[in-house]
Amino acid sequence: MTAISQDVSGANAIATHRLRDALAAAALTFFLCFPIILLHAEADNDGNLYLTWRPWAVVILCAIAFVGRYAILAYSARSRVDEAPARVATPSASRAFVGRYIAALGVVFLFVFPFAVLWLLGAGGALKWIDNYGVQILIYVMLGWGLNIVVGLAGLLDLGYVAFYAVGAYSYALLATTFGLSFWICLPLAGMLAALWGMILGFPVLRLRGDYLAIVTLAFGEIIRLILINWVSFSGGYAGIASIPRVTFFGLSLRDEPGNFADFFHIEYSPIHVKIFLYYLILCLAFLTNFVTLRLRRLPIGRAWEALREDEIACRSLGINTRNTKLTAFALGAFFGGLAGSFFAVRQGFISPESFTFNESATVLAIVVLGGMGSQIGVAFAAAALIGGFEILRELDWMRQLMAMVFGIPDFDPAQYRGLLFGLAMVVMMVFRPRGFVSTRSPSIFLKERKAVSGSLVKEGHG
Amino acid sequence: MRWQTNPLLVVEHLTMRFGGLVAVNDLSFQVGRGDITALIGPNGAGKTTVFNCVTGFYKPTEGRLALAREGVAAQADVEALTLTSAKHASTGSGDLYLLERMPGHEIANHAKVARTFQNIRLFQGMTLLENLMVAHHNKLMLASGLTVLGMFGAPSYRSSEAAAVERASYWLAKIGLIDRADDPAGELPYGAQRRLEIARAMCTDPVLLCLDEPAAGLNPRESADLNTLLNSIRDEHETSILLIEHDMSVVMQISDHVIVLDYGTKIADGTPVEVRNDPKVIAAYLGVADEEELKTVEAEIGA
Repeated sequence: MTAISQDVSGANAIATHRLRDALAAAALTFFLCFPIILLHAEADNDGNLYLTWRPWAVVILCAIAFVGRYAILAYSARSRVDEAPARVATPSASRAFVGRYIAALGVVFLFVFPFAVLWLLGAGGALKWIDNYGVQILIYVMLGWGLNIVVGLAGLLDLGYVAFYAVGAYSYALLATTFGLSFWICLPLAGMLAALWGMILGFPVLRLRGDYLAIVTLAFGEIIRLILINWVSFSGGYAGIASIPRVTFFGLSLRDEPGNFADFFHIEYSPIHVKIFLYYLILCLAFLTNFVTLRLRRLPIGRAWEALREDEIACRSLGINTRNTKLTAFALGAFFGGLAGSFFAVRQGFISPESFTFNESATVLAIVVLGGMGSQIGVAFAAAALIGGFEILRELDWMRQLMAMVFGIPDFDPAQYRGLLFGLAMVVMMVFRPRGFVSTRSPSIFLKERKAVSGSLVKEGHG
Repeated sequence: MRWQTNPLLVVEHLTMRFGGLVAVNDLSFQVGRGDITALIGPNGAGKTTVFNCVTGFYKPTEGRLALAREGVAAQADVEALTLTSAKHASTGSGDLYLLERMPGHEIANHAKVARTFQNIRLFQGMTLLENLMVAHHNKLMLASGLTVLGMFGAPSYRSSEAAAVERASYWLAKIGLIDRADDPAGELPYGAQRRLEIARAMCTDPVLLCLDEPAAGLNPRESADLNTLLNSIRDEHETSILLIEHDMSVVMQISDHVIVLDYGTKIADGTPVEVRNDPKVIAAYLGVADEEELKTVEAEIGA
């Protein structure tokens, strides 16, 4: 009898607690919404501003916060009871197997993707999927993999990675327009020039650590951009460089002109050919990056990078030249950034400093952090989620119609909410997966069996 | 006395100042080849500073640290090298290094001085095997043709890597952790982490192993195991040991030579028995001047 009544009063106390928590969440939402949602300024055709009140929007948002908070509390209490014992044992071997399986499947998917889309949607519909999604995402996958060497493996926080992307792009653009060199000669040259700049930057700054290194690299990214803007005779300033020679299929033009790729192979010309070719080009470059990184991880240099991330002082005591080791990581990361940059230039045909803002560095860094632990596959998924997610938001026509029909909001554009959703996704990630998508580290060598290392033991690096 | 007849490391007039603070003041001592040399002293005596100077983590303000890697260096050779600006000379009796002129990683790589740290510095997110493989870095870098040959999986690199794994396994077996080779180092208990750090230092093939308080935080059984390990390192591996230790049971049992520091200067230097009976040492450690008390203390520590 007493036990039951205690139970009931305990349950009541928990319910009251949840209710109070949910009310607090609703109140917080109210104060946040109060001015910015409640008051809405609208301009008429003459440019006069009118203030409208939207009390219902505030009420709805507060209700969502209240119900959502209550549901989360109730759900987390239940799942804590249910899942606690199941979490202890994680079969690492089977997880590794699944990881390899996903990777192999992903490679096959990426290679058949353009033709699958072409077959499913026809040339018109496929163009967008190959170019906006495929090529765009793969550029960021490659940049993410390049930066992963610096940030994920060596643990050096680089906020100016876009500088090397810019160096690569301008290297190709200038070499091709001034000297008429072909893309295939410029590609390695652009990479090497970017690596050279990586070393020029790295040499003086790699004695800095942590926040200081991050600030200097951030500044370096801005310096490169400002030079490109202001040195007009060299880079064309804001106007950029236009009419960059387009990519050729090993000498065969892919544009609509006689003697082109289609003529040579006796097929009908289609603008999709160049997109497919670009797709496979960036795919190969990205896989080159991946292959080199995976190989290097298993070599002494890669192990030294990871050791550097774990403990720099211990590295010195083992006879590792930390400065040179950091420089190689920086230069190699820059090299792949340069390759990606030169691909960007050949794809766009026009480049200007606008394309190389801090925003790009931040996006690439977000991809690496979201991927987690220097994991290659994590970075690939993070790039697909971030870049692909951004693009998908442009497509949400049904949402526009839904908003118009149900809530009477006529010109709702989901793409305008990209930043908001992006921020929300980041917060959710930080709460549920603070170490990124892949929160374990796979050892580079093993004696008997490869066991994943828990993310809580792996350091993020300190400079 | 081996440290007088066959010194591996000769430290002369070592002084280290941090601003106005003199941490080590005009210290001279010798480390014998094949000896276990203990550096003891009360807290703040400057022991770790001496270590940091020997291993190149600090650049000494003054002084000469001459390390003769293979044999006894002639005094004339040391003087001749000192007058040049070089760090290293090949003499008739083998390689001679002036450690005060070398940065830490060169000391570890060329002069072959390895060290451990007072607060353990393992690569916690890497497995035990990986920790030991990192210690083979310079050897494997050469074998991998500075990465180029290794990139293409050259057989010469593969055989060197296999040899490194073999050697790492040997050390893991020796410290009793071979079964945990594929576990992350951060998951090991404290005592095992200490042993792993010593094994990692040993994988660099050192002639001198510097251990900063290897027995700190160990229980009596672990500290007895440590004694066995250190003795076997000295006897089987042509590695001399220089250690800082507070645990007198370790110091007195295994050292061949004890140097006592207080306020950055040397107050005693000799065999464990000599040092144990030195009134200055007892006074420094226990801060007693009273003869009566001194006697009771001596009785307690078994002098």
